[in-house]
Amino acid sequence: MLVKREIGAVELLQAVLRRIDEVEDRVRAYITVTREEALQQAREADRMLSRGEVASPLVGIPVALKDNLCTIGVRTTCASKILYNFVPPYDATVVRRLRDAGAVLVGKTNMDEFAMGSSTENSAFFPTRNPWDLGRVPGGSSGGSAAAVAAGEAVMALGSDTGGSIRQPAAFCGVVGLKPTYGAVSRYGLVAFASSLDQIGPITRDVEDCALLLRAIAGHDPLDTTSARFEVPDYASSLEDGLRGFRVGVPREYAGEGIDAGVRDVLMRVIGLLEEMGAVVEETTLPHTPYALPCYYLIAPAEASSNLARYDGVRYGYRTRDAEDVVDMFMKTRSEGFGPEVKRRIMLGTYALSAGYYDAYYLKALKVRTLIKGDFDRAFEDYDVLLAPTSPTPAFRLGEKTADPLQMYLSDVCTLAVNLAGIPAISVPGGLADGLPVGVQFIGRPFAEGMLLRVAYCVERRVGTFMAPLARDPAAAGCAYHGSGGDTAGRGKDG
Amino acid sequence: MSGYEAVIGLEVHVELKTRSKIFCSSSTEFGADPNSHVCPVCLGLPGVLPVVNRQVVAYAIKAALALNCEIAGFCKFDRKNYYYPDMPKNYQISQYDLPLARNGYLEIDVDGRRKRVGIVRLHMEEDTGKLVHQGTITTTPYSLVDYNRAGVPLIEIVSAPDLRTPEEARAYMEKLRSVIQYTGVSDCRMEEGSLRCDANVSVRPIGSRELGVKTEIKNLNSFRSLQRALAYEIQRQIEVLEEGGRIVQETRTWDEAREVTLTMRTKEEAHDYRYFPEPDLVPLVIDRAWVEEIRRTLPELPDARRTRFMEQYGLSAYDAGVLTATREMADYFEECLQHYPEPKTVANWVMGDLSRLLNAANVEITACRVRPAQLGQMLRLIDRGIISGKIGKSLLEEMFASGRDPEEIVREKGLVQITDEGALVAVVDEVIAANPKVVEDYRKGKEKALGFLVGQVMKATKGKASPEVVNRLLRERLH
Repeated sequence: MLVKREIGAVELLQAVLRRIDEVEDRVRAYITVTREEALQQAREADRMLSRGEVASPLVGIPVALKDNLCTIGVRTTCASKILYNFVPPYDATVVRRLRDAGAVLVGKTNMDEFAMGSSTENSAFFPTRNPWDLGRVPGGSSGGSAAAVAAGEAVMALGSDTGGSIRQPAAFCGVVGLKPTYGAVSRYGLVAFASSLDQIGPITRDVEDCALLLRAIAGHDPLDTTSARFEVPDYASSLEDGLRGFRVGVPREYAGEGIDAGVRDVLMRVIGLLEEMGAVVEETTLPHTPYALPCYYLIAPAEASSNLARYDGVRYGYRTRDAEDVVDMFMKTRSEGFGPEVKRRIMLGTYALSAGYYDAYYLKALKVRTLIKGDFDRAFEDYDVLLAPTSPTPAFRLGEKTADPLQMYLSDVCTLAVNLAGIPAISVPGGLADGLPVGVQFIGRPFAEGMLLRVAYCVERRVGTFMAPLARDPAAAGCAYHGSGGDTAGRGKDG
Repeated sequence: MSGYEAVIGLEVHVELKTRSKIFCSSSTEFGADPNSHVCPVCLGLPGVLPVVNRQVVAYAIKAALALNCEIAGFCKFDRKNYYYPDMPKNYQISQYDLPLARNGYLEIDVDGRRKRVGIVRLHMEEDTGKLVHQGTITTTPYSLVDYNRAGVPLIEIVSAPDLRTPEEARAYMEKLRSVIQYTGVSDCRMEEGSLRCDANVSVRPIGSRELGVKTEIKNLNSFRSLQRALAYEIQRQIEVLEEGGRIVQETRTWDEAREVTLTMRTKEEAHDYRYFPEPDLVPLVIDRAWVEEIRRTLPELPDARRTRFMEQYGLSAYDAGVLTATREMADYFEECLQHYPEPKTVANWVMGDLSRLLNAANVEITACRVRPAQLGQMLRLIDRGIISGKIGKSLLEEMFASGRDPEEIVREKGLVQITDEGALVAVVDEVIAANPKVVEDYRKGKEKALGFLVGQVMKATKGKASPEVVNRLLRERLH
């Protein structure tokens, strides 16, 4: 529509800003909305479009950024008190690529502090609410990005996924979320949580948008030596290639105990649809799955304990008001600046790396990680993709799990192993359970994002995209749902 | 130290003189305004990532090859975690269990005996920033941090505990500096901190095979302090044992003013560095062909050059050792030989008067204002009898101070010049008498002719006549 000039970039942005005005006080998806900068970018996009210069399909598209992606001149807080005033003098590589593509950057979205959490309740500032039911969480840690997209407060968003932080909130909010292969997207400028697990990825309303956004951000970056050298495919062009002869494995470890009945129903329906479309679906096994959670909760906190050591009040961010000496300053700054979940993980990680415990914990976890990777390698000898629920339950209520960290951690039980293996996975809405969206997750071989998008697209064509009640009727605060088979937003697919 | 012997191992840090830092493109220039050579990466701002500077790896390999090490085909970086305000990330990117190089050695000469000292490992790491205190560290109301040095590339070279005396330790450090300087990968200036050293030392009864409890000494800022601190610490440990006490494993600091080592932190207070693999950097796979390419760029190293100086120039082992101690000194010496091919004479002057002047003025040979060609010129003046050797010494001082040519100084400054008119009149008259045609030319107005006559007088006086006096006398007489 933008290219055809049916709608201008400024007009589109204004629609998004209007939606923000209508619902943001209830959803609270954003920590910072950059109206003025966004308007300037939208005007520039319109100039480019009027001159017929279309750098990419993202020209003029309003995109929201998780607040752990560094943006020149725009506060980047990680939803932490310790970075409440941090204004980066540089852009993350993905941000620079979006600017180069002509995207309009709407603002910075709320998250669990330092991406540690599964509900966005760990934000130091405020929780974000699920546009499907304001009494429920949007998931986390990229809850702000998922909620913004679901509520129409952005057309697309970027999140980051360390153990499920893109896929689980996408599932909870009824949108699409993709965690790319480790190394497919540059991490430069992503404030690190666990460096060997973190990946930036798209959160979008539908699969095609996901393909377009992924293409814009993926590819080698000389500033990130862990980013891979590979030719970034035109993911969107092969979405319609179909599923005939496709082999789908369903790991039994992900479909059994602990999975909510409603979620299992959606999974079964999706399996039926895949078979109808010509795919072969079989049960398979990933035997080391039970060890993924403990393995993750050693490796991720260990890396975090080191990554977060730099927040000491010396150079930037929060500094305690009264300190007797430098050690006192370090301790008070960090005690006052970090929230309880971040402190918990720093302590876990510090312990796991300590002399005398390293071999028993961290080293052992690295070995288990190799076994988990091996499980996937073996499964991919037989199957093109694996199918699993994205989360064991639909969105839970605010406060429901905050008192029990372990219950909160179990919310990511279906997503963690993918990060440990470094492979890509996409969550796509598969249906509803008790009026709440349920996501299913396709997991692929390294750099098989194209295949994942294709299979997700097939599911989407059958079940449709899902629109949160709040997006359908911004004035209402109810929790009715609306499943539709068509496009849900004011944006055409020919952009 | 009757009945005891010391066991010493050194950990040496060497700053590599690459133009940019180890993980970013900030400059490594020394002495710049505080925090002027920094960027988001070396400041450790949130979200930034390190990228290994290839030149750092190349320099580290070059140093390792010069120290006879085996270069690993595969190595990785690790994080060393501890809190200190001069560390932007509160961890240092270093190498832990898979260093770049291992199993090297260095040969030292002490008391005429050659000894091979093992090198356990050589690894790469980043330097920290610097704290600037107002007053002392304990009384300062606040401290400032300069991050210019943060991220400057370092190599750490760990010796085997093969050293037995402070003299050996010093000889090892001096030899290490010499070898690294030859490779050109570092300036190795202890006073600027581009060469730093920590010493591990223990004592045991002579004949014992077991190692005693060791202490680590820090804050050793010169060869002298290394030697003196070790001597002190060895004596201290022996006294503790002799009195029936036990050595406590600890880190001690050398108090330069009081010439004692003091407890800095005990084993209980030691950091747990919680090393783990640096997840932001992929491991390095080091291509053999690249290593061989670097090996081919190695210059002639001090030992080889010393041997050659002895064989080619007939120098004594001592002289050859002194002249090859630094690459710059050896280069200077050999350049002098191109202008004056008498090795022993040049050696005596370079090692004697010139070195004395350099040391007194604290000037390095590369900055020496006496260029090799000028030294050669001066030595020829002596040979030709124009000046005496004794005058040569004062002439060299003059040359060293001014950078001017010796002949020019001899002529103009008149170090030996004859200013006594009475002594010169006879020579002037002789020259006039011997050159009637030139005299006639001058009288006809050919001003140039006077110059010839002046030259003749200078020649006759072996350059010692004052040109001004000669000029005046000639004009007076020819008027």
